[in-house]
Amino acid sequence: MHLTPDQNVLWKWGFLEINATIVFTWSVILLLTGMSWLLTRGLTASDQHRSRWQSGLEAVVEMIRRQIREICPTYSDTYLRFAGTLFLFIAVSNALDVVPGWQAPTGSLSTTAALAICVGIAVPAFGIVRQGLGGYLRHYIRPSWIILPFHLMSETTRNLALAVRLFGNIMSGTMIVGILLAIAPLFVPVLMQALGLLVGLIQAYIFAVLSMVYIAAAVRRDQEGAK
Amino acid sequence: MDSVTVIAIISIAAAAICMAIGSIGPAMGEGRAVAQALGSIAQQPDEAATISRTLFIGLAMIESIAIYCFVISIILIFANPFWNHIVAAKPGA
Repeated sequence: MHLTPDQNVLWKWGFLEINATIVFTWSVILLLTGMSWLLTRGLTASDQHRSRWQSGLEAVVEMIRRQIREICPTYSDTYLRFAGTLFLFIAVSNALDVVPGWQAPTGSLSTTAALAICVGIAVPAFGIVRQGLGGYLRHYIRPSWIILPFHLMSETTRNLALAVRLFGNIMSGTMIVGILLAIAPLFVPVLMQALGLLVGLIQAYIFAVLSMVYIAAAVRRDQEGAK
Repeated sequence: MDSVTVIAIISIAAAAICMAIGSIGPAMGEGRAVAQALGSIAQQPDEAATISRTLFIGLAMIESIAIYCFVISIILIFANPFWNHIVAAKPGA
């Protein structure tokens, strides 16, 4: 049974293998990079000669920036690049499910685990950059050192939950459509495919917003001072 | 009853029970969350955007519990390591 694109091996040499996940991940990367390069070749600041594509891209970037500013008052452009890239990558790879023959790379636990590892590294990194190593490590024992094991456990499980949530949602969407095709092949799979698209976009938003929430919690300076 | 039959029966039953019981909690939780969100929007229609956004984030967190149960069920049915191991050990069983 075809659970994830990982099982679809296209080329193998020794222990290296090219499976469908890698192919589709790189397709998304090339698509996003290629389109960005193509659409930002003639960037202008004037209102008359701005192309529609530039306005569209500006709308997307401004929307993401506004969301990040609402979540994290200490805004920085690095957060926009990180969370924005997460959102765009996951949204594009889920939204292209309508293209026949596309297998979403986020339907594989490898991709989602990689994204969750990126978030797991970025959150302490942003925290340390903002508060210094001592300040960041000290926030683990606030408000009391009893909290430390629970805090560590919650950090690990929320990264794991990020990976499994995205994987489970996308994998279940594709699997439901596949099973329904065998049972009621006329209209019902179309409805489930539409629901899968909606779920894919919502999960992309959730992933990016949750990453931002964790980053905001890590860079937040305790305003109360010593207790 | 040999071990192959036992593994098959328990895997199938466990997958069904896991999904059945595991979807009760999240469904009730999501119902309560949406009810509260609707009440809040009715009380403060200006904040509808913030409330909706927070509602969706909360729903995704609740939904992920049901997704965990679904993943376990799918693994038990389609990628069951115990079944694969026992079928490989006793071919033709």
